[in-house]
This record gives sequence, structure tokens and C-alpha cells, in this order.
Amino acid sequence: MADLIAKGTIEPGCQKVDPILIADSVSRSFGGNKAVDVAHLEIPRGKITALIGPNGAGKTTLFNLLTGFDKPDTGTWNFEGRNLAGVAPYKVARIGMIRTFQLTKALSLLTVLDNMRLGAQTNPGEKIFASLIRPIWAKQEAEITERAETLLKRFKLDTKAADYAAALSGGQRKLLEMARALMGNPKLVMLDEPMAGVNPALTQSLLDHIKGLKANGTTVLFVEHDMHMVRHISDWVVVMAEGKIVAEGPPADVMKNPAVIDAYLGAHADSDLGDVR
Amino acid sequence: MDLVQILSLPLIQFFSATTAAYVLCALGIAMQFGFTGLLNFGQAAFAAVGAYAYAIGDLFLHFGPIGSLAFAVICATGFSFVLGIPTLRLRADYLAIVTIAASETFRLLMTSGQLGPWTGGTEGLDSVGNAYYKMNPIPQGIYNVLGIPLTEKQLWSDLTGWSTVVVCALIMLVLTRSPWGRALKGIREDEDALKSLGKNTFAYKMQALTIGGIFGAFGGIVFSIDSQTVQPTVFGTNFTFMCWTLLLLGGAATVLGPIAGGMVFFVVFLFLQHLLQGLQGVGILPFMTQDQASQIPFVVMGVTLMLLVIFKPQGFFGNKKETQING
Repeated sequence: MADLIAKGTIEPGCQKVDPILIADSVSRSFGGNKAVDVAHLEIPRGKITALIGPNGAGKTTLFNLLTGFDKPDTGTWNFEGRNLAGVAPYKVARIGMIRTFQLTKALSLLTVLDNMRLGAQTNPGEKIFASLIRPIWAKQEAEITERAETLLKRFKLDTKAADYAAALSGGQRKLLEMARALMGNPKLVMLDEPMAGVNPALTQSLLDHIKGLKANGTTVLFVEHDMHMVRHISDWVVVMAEGKIVAEGPPADVMKNPAVIDAYLGAHADSDLGDVR
Repeated sequence: MDLVQILSLPLIQFFSATTAAYVLCALGIAMQFGFTGLLNFGQAAFAAVGAYAYAIGDLFLHFGPIGSLAFAVICATGFSFVLGIPTLRLRADYLAIVTIAASETFRLLMTSGQLGPWTGGTEGLDSVGNAYYKMNPIPQGIYNVLGIPLTEKQLWSDLTGWSTVVVCALIMLVLTRSPWGRALKGIREDEDALKSLGKNTFAYKMQALTIGGIFGAFGGIVFSIDSQTVQPTVFGTNFTFMCWTLLLLGGAATVLGPIAGGMVFFVVFLFLQHLLQGLQGVGILPFMTQDQASQIPFVVMGVTLMLLVIFKPQGFFGNKKETQING
């Protein structure tokens, strides 16, 4: 399995057989604190990669940098060979790299269905002059609505379609945000703690959705704390600590890596990481 | 105290061009604030840009009514870009500060001596819209509308004002119910979320600011055609806050709200003013002067605005769920 993903020795920053995203010397400081300092990172295409690490390791900051929501001090990165450094967040999303947020950003005072429709990227009715003439966008809008309803059904939110997103529970908002990201047909979907605050019953269905994404050929990169989940669904694990990548590899091997145990797992390697912090 | 007058005078405001002018400005703010979340506290400046551009095009550049209108729209668009490009990337509060400062700056600039030959300085301009009134198809005479006598000139300017309101409201209804309008509401809720979904939020905000600004410019034009003057003092901050009051009265995230809000606001306002003046005149309010009596409605307006924002933030036509401050 590991041979199919990595090229050569498996070590932090190792090369991949078929990388979709390659980052080089990306760094970002907040005052004197170097939040992110990644020398080299490649994300394998068509796989589920987990990004783990203790709180304050710089995982979310790295997400923000890669998606253009924050500007790095140094560094370049490219997505499918396309340079993304300095590219505006909305363009990053249009290229096919769509993220979600740790604190969900459901659009509270829009209906669940409208939230979904906004995820679609090729709606001619979103252009100001075209929006005035309904026949230009009516057909596409109907298609988008249909796709949104299918996705909502898959995420078991179809009964909530007409409700305001504000009326959803925290876990349902996570689901909505993920479903909304999928409306844009991403090539790489970046989920920032998709399971945080989701009850165990929903967690299982979320995990299934993530696996389903891989089956459809979408690459997944997600941040997670819970090691059990990571072990179950990820093909590859990247471990961050203090802004640096300290280890990577297949989940089973990474857990045994002394660097990871030192930096992260400590004496609780076999227990649920959510409790360790 | 003439009761008939107290009741009938305010009624004129139902369909007066002045009300239409304020309603147009309020519609513009509804677009910017109600649907997009942009705090524009400088709508008076857009109205002033429209009024001055129209007057200058009409009086000095001889563009004719249509040409002057186009010139005013171009100027309002330009003003919106000057205002928006540096500020729309910042947080909403900054836009509020910048717009209020910009509107005062623009007004004071118009009164400066150097621009006097074009703007009339502190005196302002008159004879605005003579060319437009020449187009009046209504035969000369006095017309009775709901028991109120109007000249053909007044009727023409009222018709102009309200048909502009109808056209703008229709455009706004179509826009806000389209996917474009949905994106605006998304920006109002969470701009970062929209960015993460591939929407160019800056462009949307610029478009909303410009359309709202053009509506404001129409308001300024209607105002100056109706009064046939452009007075810099009219376009002070109180103009902006008047527009905000009738917007919040009707409902910020609605199209009908500002229209109904404007009608109700001016009728009630003038009714109060006339009533209090009348009561004072017959000695019922001995503790206040005539001037004080006419100021009371402003106090009432301020209190109403506060009560409205606290207890009915969605206005009278808004959807309670949609405009609640904390979702």
C-alpha cells in the first residue's frame, strides 16, 4: 500500500507517486511564533490523507495558507502543476480545491437548499446582468437544485431543505458544509475537523461520506484529532508539530513512529486521542 | 386650528416626489445593507452626486434630460468605485466610517469657492430641470388628486418620482430573487464561506454598492427636479439618517419595506408636526413655542428608530427570522 503512494523512502516530506498538491518551504509567523514551517509536502491524488497533530501544531494555519485565506511569509505551492501562491481564495476554489472550516460557516439566514445552491460554481444567474433575465439561468438553476437535493438526501438533510441553516444542529451544519463543498465538484476537498462536535451516530455516516468521496475519485485532505477515525479511513497520515512536519506514512506505521509518539501521542498511544490533547 | 389642513397636508406626502426621492435612497441602502450587509452611511453623497451631476449636465453641458441622467449614472458609478475600491476589502465598520466621511467631504467640496462657477458654491444651483419640464405632456391646469389640488408641474414631477421608484423596485425584486441576489445574501451571512465556494465577493460587493448608489443618485435627481434646485445643505448626514429610518421602519431586507416605510414615515411625521403646531397655536401646549412644537416630531423619530431596532429589527415587512441580529 505504502509503495503505491510514496516514492522512495518514507520520511517527512517524501515524494509521492502521483501528487495532486505540492508545497515547498511554506512558512508563516505570528509575531515571534512560527506557526507553520513546512519544508516540503506532497498530497497523493485520489487518496484520503489525514493531517494530525496536537493543538497549535499549525494545521489550520496551513489550510488557510494553502487556500489563500492567509498570506505566507515564504513559500510556493502548486495544485496539479498550477502555481497557487498569492492566488485569491475564490480562485483557489474555482480551480477545484474546496475547503471547509473548523468553526462551521453555514449561512444561517439562508435556507439549507440555498446554502447548497451557492456551492455550485457554474451558475450563469450569479452574473449581475444575466441574473435579470430568468431564461438564461432557469435551466441551469433547475439542474443545480436537483443536484443539491440528491446530495442533501445522501447526507440525510433532505427533510431540512426548506429550513434556515440556523435551525440545524452543530453536527448537521458540519454535514451541510461538507455537502455544500461537494456542490462545486472539487478535485481536492479539504475538511478542517469534519468530526468535531458531531455525535457518534452522525460520525459513522460522515466517515462513509468521506470514503464515498474517494470512491468517486475525489482527493481528501482532512484535519482530525481522533486517532481511531484516522486509522479507519485514511490511506496516508501526515503529522505536524510546532509548525513542522514530523512524520508521515501509512496510518499503522505512523502510530509506531517514535517521533510521533514523542511529539504527539506520549503515553496514550493506544487510547482515544481526543482525550489526550 | 384647521383640522382639515392638518389631515390633508400630510396626505400629499403619500405621493409627493420628495417622498419618492427618499424612498429611492432607502431602496439603495436596502440593496447595500439589507441584502449585502454593507453599512453605507453616506447615501446622501450618492444623492448629491446624482443631483449635482444632473444639474451640471443640464445647465452647463446642455446634455438634455436623458443625457444628464446618463451623466449622473456614470458619476455615481465612478463615485462608488472611488469609495469601494479602498474600503470594500476591509471590515464592514470601516466602510461605515469612510462613507460618512466621504459624504461630508463631497458636500463641503461642492460648496468650495473654486468650484463655484459649476456648483454655485454655498448658494447651490437653481432652474434645474427646466428642460425636463418642457417635456411635460400633461396639459396646464389644476388637478384634483385625493382632494388635493396639484399643478400640472407638480403632477409631472410626482409621476416622475414614483415611476422611478416602481422601475427601481422591480429591478431590485428581480435581482434579489435571482442567484445573484442569493450570493449577496450569502456575503451578508459570511463572506469567507462565499470565498471558499468560489465567489468573487469583492466584485459582488462592488456591484451592490454601485446599484444602491445609482438608486441614491436617482433619489437626488428626483429631489432636485422637484425643487428645481440643488442645495448643498440638503445632502447633510441627516438626509442619510432619514433614509435609514424609513428603511428600518419598513424592513431592511425587503423591497416593499422602504417604499411603505417612506410613505408612512412622512405622513406621520408631517401630521405630528402640523398637529403639534396647531395645538400650540390654540394654546393647548403653553409650555412650548411654535418652533419647539415643530421639533418634537424629530424627537419622536429618534425614539421610534431606537424602539424599532430593539424590538422589531426586521421592520414591518421583513421576515422576523431573516433579519434577527443573532440568527
